[in-house]
Amino acid sequence: MSVFAIIRPDSWNFPLLLHVFGAMVLVGGLLSAVGSLAFARGDARLLRLGYWALLAVSLPGWLAMRIGAGWISSKEGWDNLPEDALPTWLRAGGFIADAGGLILLVSLVVGGVGVYRLREGKGSGLLKATLLLSVVLLGAYVVAAWAMAGKPD
Amino acid sequence: MSLDDWALALHVLSAFSLVAGVIFFWVLIVAVRQADTAERTLRLGPLTRVADAAVGVGMGGTILLGIWLAFSVGGYEIWNGWIVAAIVLWLIAAEFGRRTSAAFAVGVRKARELDAAGQSGPNSELLKVNRTRSGVLLQALSSAVVLLIIIDMIWKPGA
Repeated sequence: MSVFAIIRPDSWNFPLLLHVFGAMVLVGGLLSAVGSLAFARGDARLLRLGYWALLAVSLPGWLAMRIGAGWISSKEGWDNLPEDALPTWLRAGGFIADAGGLILLVSLVVGGVGVYRLREGKGSGLLKATLLLSVVLLGAYVVAAWAMAGKPD
Repeated sequence: MSLDDWALALHVLSAFSLVAGVIFFWVLIVAVRQADTAERTLRLGPLTRVADAAVGVGMGGTILLGIWLAFSVGGYEIWNGWIVAAIVLWLIAAEFGRRTSAAFAVGVRKARELDAAGQSGPNSELLKVNRTRSGVLLQALSSAVVLLIIIDMIWKPGA
Protein backbone atom coordinates (compact mmCIF):
# COMPACT_ATOMS: atom_id res chain seq x y z
CA MET A 1 0.00 0.00 0.00
CA SER A 2 1.32 3.44 -0.87
CA VAL A 3 2.28 5.61 2.09
CA PHE A 4 0.09 8.30 0.53
CA ALA A 5 -3.02 6.25 1.06
CA ILE A 6 -2.54 5.92 4.81
CA ILE A 7 -5.12 8.03 6.62
CA ARG A 8 -4.09 9.35 10.03
CA PRO A 9 -6.44 9.33 13.00
CA ASP A 10 -7.90 12.84 13.41
CA SER A 11 -6.24 13.16 16.84
CA TRP A 12 -2.81 13.16 15.13
CA ASN A 13 -3.58 16.12 12.88
CA PHE A 14 -3.15 19.01 15.32
CA PRO A 15 0.24 17.82 16.66
CA LEU A 16 1.35 17.34 13.04
CA LEU A 17 0.14 20.85 12.13
CA LEU A 18 2.05 22.29 15.10
CA HIS A 19 5.19 20.40 14.04
CA VAL A 20 5.00 21.28 10.33
CA PHE A 21 3.87 24.89 10.76
CA GLY A 22 6.46 25.45 13.49
CA ALA A 23 9.16 24.15 11.13
CA MET A 24 7.88 26.45 8.38
CA VAL A 25 8.00 29.47 10.71
CA LEU A 26 11.51 28.44 11.79
CA VAL A 27 12.66 28.31 8.15
CA GLY A 28 10.87 31.60 7.41
CA GLY A 29 12.69 33.30 10.29
CA LEU A 30 16.01 31.86 9.13
CA LEU A 31 15.42 33.05 5.55
CA SER A 32 14.50 36.53 6.86
CA ALA A 33 17.62 36.61 9.06
CA VAL A 34 19.92 35.39 6.29
CA GLY A 35 18.45 37.85 3.76
CA SER A 36 18.63 40.83 6.12
CA LEU A 37 22.12 40.06 7.46
CA ALA A 38 23.53 39.21 4.02
CA PHE A 39 22.30 42.45 2.41
CA ALA A 40 23.01 44.69 5.43
CA ARG A 41 26.54 45.68 4.32
CA GLY A 42 27.16 47.32 7.68
CA ASP A 43 23.73 49.02 7.93
CA ALA A 44 22.89 48.75 11.65
CA ARG A 45 19.12 48.81 11.00
CA LEU A 46 19.26 45.76 8.72
CA LEU A 47 21.67 43.97 11.05
CA ARG A 48 19.18 44.46 13.91
CA LEU A 49 16.30 43.39 11.65
CA GLY A 50 18.11 40.15 10.81
CA TYR A 51 18.85 39.43 14.45
CA TRP A 52 15.28 40.15 15.57
CA ALA A 53 13.92 37.88 12.82
CA LEU A 54 16.05 35.12 14.29
CA LEU A 55 14.96 35.84 17.86
CA ALA A 56 11.27 36.69 17.40
CA VAL A 57 10.42 34.32 14.51
CA SER A 58 12.89 31.42 14.33
CA LEU A 59 13.08 30.68 18.06
CA PRO A 60 9.27 30.41 18.60
CA GLY A 61 9.12 28.41 15.35
CA TRP A 62 11.75 25.99 16.65
CA LEU A 63 9.87 25.59 19.94
CA ALA A 64 6.57 24.87 18.16
CA MET A 65 8.32 22.45 15.79
CA ARG A 66 10.03 20.58 18.65
CA ILE A 67 6.91 20.40 20.86
CA GLY A 68 4.87 19.20 17.86
CA ALA A 69 7.58 16.63 17.05
CA GLY A 70 7.52 15.17 20.56
CA TRP A 71 3.72 15.13 20.59
CA ILE A 72 3.24 13.45 17.20
CA SER A 73 6.08 11.02 17.96
CA SER A 74 4.34 9.84 21.13
CA LYS A 75 0.99 9.56 19.29
CA GLU A 76 2.55 7.46 16.52
CA GLY A 77 4.26 5.20 19.05
CA TRP A 78 7.86 5.96 17.99
CA ASP A 79 8.72 6.69 21.64
CA ASN A 80 8.17 3.03 22.53
CA LEU A 81 10.79 1.78 20.07
CA PRO A 82 14.55 1.47 20.74
CA GLU A 83 16.71 4.06 18.99
CA ASP A 84 18.16 1.59 16.48
CA ALA A 85 14.68 0.46 15.42
CA LEU A 86 13.71 3.94 14.28
CA PRO A 87 13.74 4.66 10.53
CA THR A 88 16.69 6.66 9.18
CA TRP A 89 14.54 9.66 8.18
CA LEU A 90 13.20 9.97 11.72
CA ARG A 91 16.63 9.70 13.36
CA ALA A 92 18.14 12.16 10.87
CA GLY A 93 15.26 14.60 11.32
CA GLY A 94 15.42 14.35 15.10
CA PHE A 95 19.19 14.85 15.16
CA ILE A 96 19.04 17.90 12.87
CA ALA A 97 16.15 19.38 14.90
CA ASP A 98 18.00 19.07 18.22
CA ALA A 99 21.51 19.94 17.02
CA GLY A 100 19.99 22.81 15.06
CA GLY A 101 18.31 24.10 18.20
CA LEU A 102 21.68 24.22 19.93
CA ILE A 103 23.28 26.06 16.99
CA LEU A 104 20.30 28.45 16.94
CA LEU A 105 20.88 29.26 20.61
CA VAL A 106 24.61 29.85 20.00
CA SER A 107 23.85 32.11 17.03
CA LEU A 108 21.33 34.06 19.15
CA VAL A 109 23.85 34.60 21.94
CA VAL A 110 26.62 35.61 19.50
CA GLY A 111 24.22 37.84 17.56
CA GLY A 112 22.83 39.34 20.77
CA VAL A 113 26.30 40.45 21.82
CA GLY A 114 26.83 41.76 18.28
CA VAL A 115 23.59 43.79 18.34
CA TYR A 116 24.52 45.20 21.78
CA ARG A 117 27.93 46.25 20.48
CA LEU A 118 26.37 47.98 17.46
CA ARG A 119 25.70 50.94 19.82
CA GLU A 120 29.46 51.48 19.95
CA GLY A 121 29.81 51.04 16.20
CA LYS A 122 31.17 47.50 16.64
CA GLY A 123 29.61 44.04 16.51
CA SER A 124 29.20 43.54 12.76
CA GLY A 125 31.82 40.74 12.87
CA LEU A 126 29.75 38.85 15.44
CA LEU A 127 26.66 39.32 13.30
CA LYS A 128 28.58 37.88 10.34
CA ALA A 129 29.13 34.78 12.49
CA THR A 130 25.37 34.75 13.17
CA LEU A 131 24.79 34.98 9.41
CA LEU A 132 27.12 32.03 8.79
CA LEU A 133 25.41 29.92 11.46
CA SER A 134 21.99 30.88 10.06
CA VAL A 135 23.01 29.79 6.55
CA VAL A 136 24.17 26.43 7.96
CA LEU A 137 20.89 26.07 9.88
CA LEU A 138 18.79 26.99 6.83
CA GLY A 139 20.55 24.33 4.76
CA ALA A 140 20.25 21.73 7.53
CA TYR A 141 16.53 22.34 8.05
CA VAL A 142 15.85 22.15 4.30
CA VAL A 143 17.54 18.71 4.33
CA ALA A 144 15.49 17.75 7.43
CA ALA A 145 12.23 18.85 5.77
CA TRP A 146 13.15 16.85 2.65
CA ALA A 147 13.92 13.77 4.80
CA MET A 148 10.70 14.05 6.82
CA ALA A 149 8.57 14.52 3.70
CA GLY A 150 10.27 12.00 1.39
CA LYS A 151 11.07 9.47 4.12
CA PRO A 152 14.08 7.85 2.37
CA ASP A 153 15.35 4.70 4.05
CA MET B 1 12.65 6.84 -3.15
CA SER B 2 10.12 6.56 -5.96
CA LEU B 3 9.29 9.41 -8.34
CA ASP B 4 6.14 10.09 -6.31
CA ASP B 5 8.19 10.20 -3.08
CA TRP B 6 10.46 12.80 -4.70
CA ALA B 7 7.45 14.76 -5.96
CA LEU B 8 5.93 14.76 -2.46
CA ALA B 9 9.23 15.85 -0.85
CA LEU B 10 9.64 18.70 -3.35
CA HIS B 11 5.94 19.63 -2.96
CA VAL B 12 6.45 19.95 0.81
CA LEU B 13 9.72 21.89 0.31
CA SER B 14 7.83 24.23 -2.04
CA ALA B 15 5.29 24.81 0.74
CA PHE B 16 8.19 25.63 3.09
CA SER B 17 9.51 28.10 0.52
CA LEU B 18 6.07 29.71 0.19
CA VAL B 19 5.57 30.12 3.94
CA ALA B 20 9.17 31.32 4.39
CA GLY B 21 8.57 33.98 1.73
CA VAL B 22 5.30 35.07 3.35
CA ILE B 23 7.06 35.37 6.74
CA PHE B 24 9.94 37.32 5.17
CA PHE B 25 7.35 39.75 3.76
CA TRP B 26 5.92 40.20 7.28
CA VAL B 27 9.43 41.04 8.53
CA LEU B 28 9.81 43.55 5.67
CA ILE B 29 6.39 45.06 6.43
CA VAL B 30 7.54 45.69 10.01
CA ALA B 31 10.81 47.20 8.71
CA VAL B 32 9.21 49.47 6.10
CA ARG B 33 6.88 50.99 8.73
CA GLN B 34 9.94 52.84 10.08
CA ALA B 35 11.17 53.91 6.63
CA ASP B 36 10.58 57.64 6.23
CA THR B 37 13.33 58.32 3.68
CA ALA B 38 13.83 57.18 0.11
CA GLU B 39 17.16 55.57 1.02
CA ARG B 40 15.67 53.52 3.87
CA THR B 41 12.78 52.41 1.66
CA LEU B 42 14.89 51.48 -1.35
CA ARG B 43 17.45 49.71 0.88
CA LEU B 44 14.84 46.97 1.39
CA GLY B 45 14.65 46.30 -2.37
CA PRO B 46 17.15 43.37 -2.50
CA LEU B 47 15.44 41.76 0.51
CA THR B 48 12.07 42.04 -1.22
CA ARG B 49 13.51 40.21 -4.24
CA VAL B 50 14.63 37.31 -2.00
CA ALA B 51 11.14 37.08 -0.47
CA ASP B 52 9.58 37.35 -3.95
CA ALA B 53 11.76 34.48 -5.20
CA ALA B 54 10.80 32.30 -2.21
CA VAL B 55 7.08 32.95 -2.77
CA GLY B 56 7.43 32.38 -6.53
CA VAL B 57 9.23 29.05 -6.11
CA GLY B 58 6.71 28.09 -3.43
CA MET B 59 3.61 28.98 -5.41
CA GLY B 60 4.89 27.31 -8.60
CA GLY B 61 6.19 24.18 -6.86
CA THR B 62 3.11 23.59 -4.73
CA ILE B 63 0.61 23.82 -7.58
CA LEU B 64 2.61 21.93 -10.24
CA LEU B 65 3.78 19.12 -7.97
CA GLY B 66 0.43 19.05 -6.17
CA ILE B 67 -1.43 18.47 -9.44
CA TRP B 68 1.18 15.87 -10.44
CA LEU B 69 0.61 14.02 -7.16
CA ALA B 70 -3.19 14.20 -7.51
CA PHE B 71 -2.95 12.39 -10.88
CA SER B 72 -0.08 10.06 -10.01
CA VAL B 73 -0.83 8.77 -6.52
CA GLY B 74 -3.36 5.98 -6.11
CA GLY B 75 -6.36 6.73 -3.93
CA TYR B 76 -6.49 10.44 -4.74
CA GLU B 77 -8.29 12.16 -7.64
CA ILE B 78 -8.02 15.76 -8.80
CA TRP B 79 -11.76 16.25 -8.16
CA ASN B 80 -11.54 15.17 -4.47
CA GLY B 81 -13.11 17.92 -2.38
CA TRP B 82 -9.98 18.72 -0.35
CA ILE B 83 -7.83 18.91 -3.50
CA VAL B 84 -10.33 21.20 -5.27
CA ALA B 85 -10.47 23.33 -2.09
CA ALA B 86 -6.65 23.56 -2.05
CA ILE B 87 -6.55 24.69 -5.70
CA VAL B 88 -9.27 27.32 -5.10
CA LEU B 89 -7.46 28.55 -1.96
CA TRP B 90 -4.18 28.66 -3.93
CA LEU B 91 -5.84 30.91 -6.54
CA ILE B 92 -7.23 33.17 -3.79
CA ALA B 93 -3.79 33.36 -2.12
CA ALA B 94 -2.20 34.25 -5.47
CA GLU B 95 -4.68 37.11 -5.98
CA PHE B 96 -4.23 38.43 -2.43
CA GLY B 97 -0.48 38.22 -2.89
CA ARG B 98 -0.66 40.19 -6.16
CA ARG B 99 -2.76 42.90 -4.51
CA THR B 100 -0.43 43.04 -1.49
CA SER B 101 2.55 43.62 -3.81
CA ALA B 102 0.64 46.38 -5.59
CA ALA B 103 -0.20 48.08 -2.27
CA PHE B 104 3.44 48.17 -1.14
CA ALA B 105 4.74 49.10 -4.61
CA VAL B 106 3.21 52.58 -4.10
CA GLY B 107 5.82 53.33 -1.43
CA VAL B 108 8.65 52.07 -3.62
CA ARG B 109 7.50 54.30 -6.51
CA LYS B 110 7.27 57.29 -4.19
CA ALA B 111 10.77 56.58 -2.83
CA ARG B 112 12.16 56.40 -6.38
CA GLU B 113 10.53 59.75 -7.22
CA LEU B 114 12.03 61.36 -4.12
CA ASP B 115 15.42 59.80 -4.85
CA ALA B 116 15.34 61.06 -8.45
CA ALA B 117 14.41 64.55 -7.21
CA GLY B 118 17.36 64.47 -4.80
CA GLN B 119 15.13 64.65 -1.71
CA SER B 120 16.99 62.54 0.83
CA GLY B 121 15.37 63.78 4.06
CA PRO B 122 12.41 62.33 5.97
CA ASN B 123 9.12 62.55 4.10
CA SER B 124 5.78 62.18 5.90
CA GLU B 125 3.90 61.24 2.73
CA LEU B 126 6.36 58.41 2.05
CA LEU B 127 6.01 57.18 5.63
CA LYS B 128 2.24 57.21 5.25
CA VAL B 129 2.24 55.08 2.07
CA ASN B 130 4.83 52.73 3.59
CA ARG B 131 2.40 52.17 6.48
CA THR B 132 -0.42 51.18 4.14
CA ARG B 133 -3.28 49.62 6.11
CA SER B 134 -4.76 47.95 3.04
CA GLY B 135 -1.38 46.33 2.34
CA VAL B 136 -1.19 44.90 5.85
CA LEU B 137 -4.80 43.69 5.63
CA LEU B 138 -4.18 42.00 2.28
CA GLN B 139 -0.99 40.39 3.61
CA ALA B 140 -2.94 39.10 6.64
CA LEU B 141 -5.65 37.67 4.37
CA SER B 142 -3.05 36.09 2.11
CA SER B 143 -1.28 34.54 5.12
CA ALA B 144 -4.59 33.24 6.51
CA VAL B 145 -5.42 31.57 3.19
CA VAL B 146 -1.96 29.93 3.06
CA LEU B 147 -2.56 28.61 6.60
CA LEU B 148 -5.94 27.25 5.48
CA ILE B 149 -4.20 25.41 2.61
CA ILE B 150 -1.79 23.78 5.10
CA ILE B 151 -4.71 22.79 7.37
CA ASP B 152 -6.53 21.37 4.32
CA MET B 153 -3.42 19.39 3.32
CA ILE B 154 -3.06 17.86 6.80
CA TRP B 155 -6.72 17.15 7.62
CA LYS B 156 -7.66 16.19 4.03
CA PRO B 157 -11.40 16.57 4.76
CA GLY B 158 -13.46 13.97 2.97
CA ALA B 159 -10.47 11.77 2.04
